[in-house]
Amino acid sequence: MTHTPVERPQDPTLTARMSEAAAGAWDALRRNPTMLFGLSVLVVMAVLAFGAPLFGLPEPMRQNPINRLQDPSAAHWFGTDMYGRDLLSRVLHGGQISLVVGLSVAALATSLGLAIGLVAGFSRRVDAVVMRFMDALMSIPSILLAIALVSLWGSSVTNVIIALTIPEVPRVVRLVRSVVLMLRDQTFVQAAIACGTSTPRILVRHIMPNTFPPLIVQATYICAQAVIFEAYLSFVGAGTPPEIPSWGNIMAEGRMFFFQNFGIIMYPGIFLAITVFAINTFGDGLRDSLDPRMKRRF
Amino acid sequence: MSAPILEVENLTKHFPLHGGLLQREVGRVHAVDGVSFTLARGETLGLVGESGCGKSTTGKAILKLTDPTSGTIRLKGVDITHLSRAQMFPHRRVMQVIFQDPYASLNQRMRVKDIVAEPLGNYEPDSSRAERLEKIAALFDRVGLRRDALNRFPHEFSGGQRQRLGIARALAVNPEVIIADEPVSALDVSVQAQVVNLMMDLQAEFELSYLFIAHDLAVVQHISHRIGVMYLGRLVELAPKRELFRNPQHPYTEALLDSVPVPDPRRRRKRAVLRGDVPSPINPPKGCHFNTRCPLAFDRCFHEAPPLREVAPGHMAACHLR
Repeated sequence: MTHTPVERPQDPTLTARMSEAAAGAWDALRRNPTMLFGLSVLVVMAVLAFGAPLFGLPEPMRQNPINRLQDPSAAHWFGTDMYGRDLLSRVLHGGQISLVVGLSVAALATSLGLAIGLVAGFSRRVDAVVMRFMDALMSIPSILLAIALVSLWGSSVTNVIIALTIPEVPRVVRLVRSVVLMLRDQTFVQAAIACGTSTPRILVRHIMPNTFPPLIVQATYICAQAVIFEAYLSFVGAGTPPEIPSWGNIMAEGRMFFFQNFGIIMYPGIFLAITVFAINTFGDGLRDSLDPRMKRRF
Repeated sequence: MSAPILEVENLTKHFPLHGGLLQREVGRVHAVDGVSFTLARGETLGLVGESGCGKSTTGKAILKLTDPTSGTIRLKGVDITHLSRAQMFPHRRVMQVIFQDPYASLNQRMRVKDIVAEPLGNYEPDSSRAERLEKIAALFDRVGLRRDALNRFPHEFSGGQRQRLGIARALAVNPEVIIADEPVSALDVSVQAQVVNLMMDLQAEFELSYLFIAHDLAVVQHISHRIGVMYLGRLVELAPKRELFRNPQHPYTEALLDSVPVPDPRRRRKRAVLRGDVPSPINPPKGCHFNTRCPLAFDRCFHEAPPLREVAPGHMAACHLR
């Protein structure tokens, strides 16, 4: 079967719009050193984690019992754990899990919350039902809910992501709904109704874009929270399967041996703290530059 | 004149007030309280009154942006009072709106060509992008905006230009009636005149009917054929422009006309200055709503609401004394 390439008429404004947005984002970064710092640290973390297999480090799972619980040395910069596995390699690889979980939870929770919040904000009937359900969901401590879900479904990275997403959704729904309620009575929405625009179209075209600034900021906090909770869950044994190195798993294993080699807990702990700090710093900076009072367009 | 294009009969809009522990209804704001009028093809009916007298709510109810409590609205003979959002769709094409605030009525995140094209996209979804763009460009020419501004965002325009954008959007689908809710109140006086003149030119060109809501008598006098005066949710007088200014029948209209400054320091007039404030629309006075401030009020005014009746040909007033 052969396809004849179809010349699609390109929207000339689309590329212009994208480069404009990119320029706007760069401008915002330059004016906001906090955000730039947070973002840089995150980029370094991501390069370290996802580039780890390319650095010529020992396999994170390769055991070498003769060299176990060693102090840092030229061969093993962070030392080795109780099976003689290279800690540096394990900690860097562990970053992959944390970043993937953090980003996935943030993306899933915001998109689900956005969809539900938009509908709840615009339809009174849906609102009453959905919000009571969200209230109920919020009344359960999120970490307990996540533990319960993982123990129900078994431990895998996917299940951890789902379990951490569910408790975050109600918070996003509340945020989106409050913005929608505020926008619903704005004149430009009334104008859209008066000129015959259908409700779904109004939601997507007029309401949704205006929920993005607070939503993006909220997403960074959810991401930071998810990174911590993934470590919690792994630490208590209800998270990432133990054969995968994640920061929580490494610390959980190391807690028996921390008199012999404190590094097993310290290094993943430091990486965890730096990552969360960087995400939060980035989020704070983002909030400042998206603040409507500063009249910055993103 | 032929059959009226818009007929409003006994239009009422009450906003319930909830309070107390169980959010029971504790009162109602009588925003619009039985307003009736007709609008002929090619006519401008000015609706004036103080803030809070229900003139904007009347406009919103006619546009079905808020559901009327009771009454009938007929657009080209069709009763649209109880139509759902979906059922309203074909009728909205006939009746468009221009809002007061040209800043809030345009979505800040959209390009102006997309804002003006929105009604076109709704009512002519089959037209090509290029066709629509050409139509919008022509509209821009017509309302006095430059074609090279098509790709800009609303914040790059001045107040008067934004109101022209609002007018272009309203005109995009060739409506027959335009509800103009204080379209020039937010503009500078010099710009007001330009926008009002543009609206009058457009009316002549497209045979538009305007319901022109305003609180500024001078503007209304300039553009309207007939003027309705509202007080506390009710229409107290409705007359052709000249007749209303020359021979006001309702004491409130009289006071309103007297409050217009006259640029002649030597001219002394006996002035009917109103005392007191407008009563709350939550608890409007019994009988005639104006009885608390009326210099002529007598017994009957406190018991019986005067109906709007014809006191002279084409001149309606709601007062027991006429």
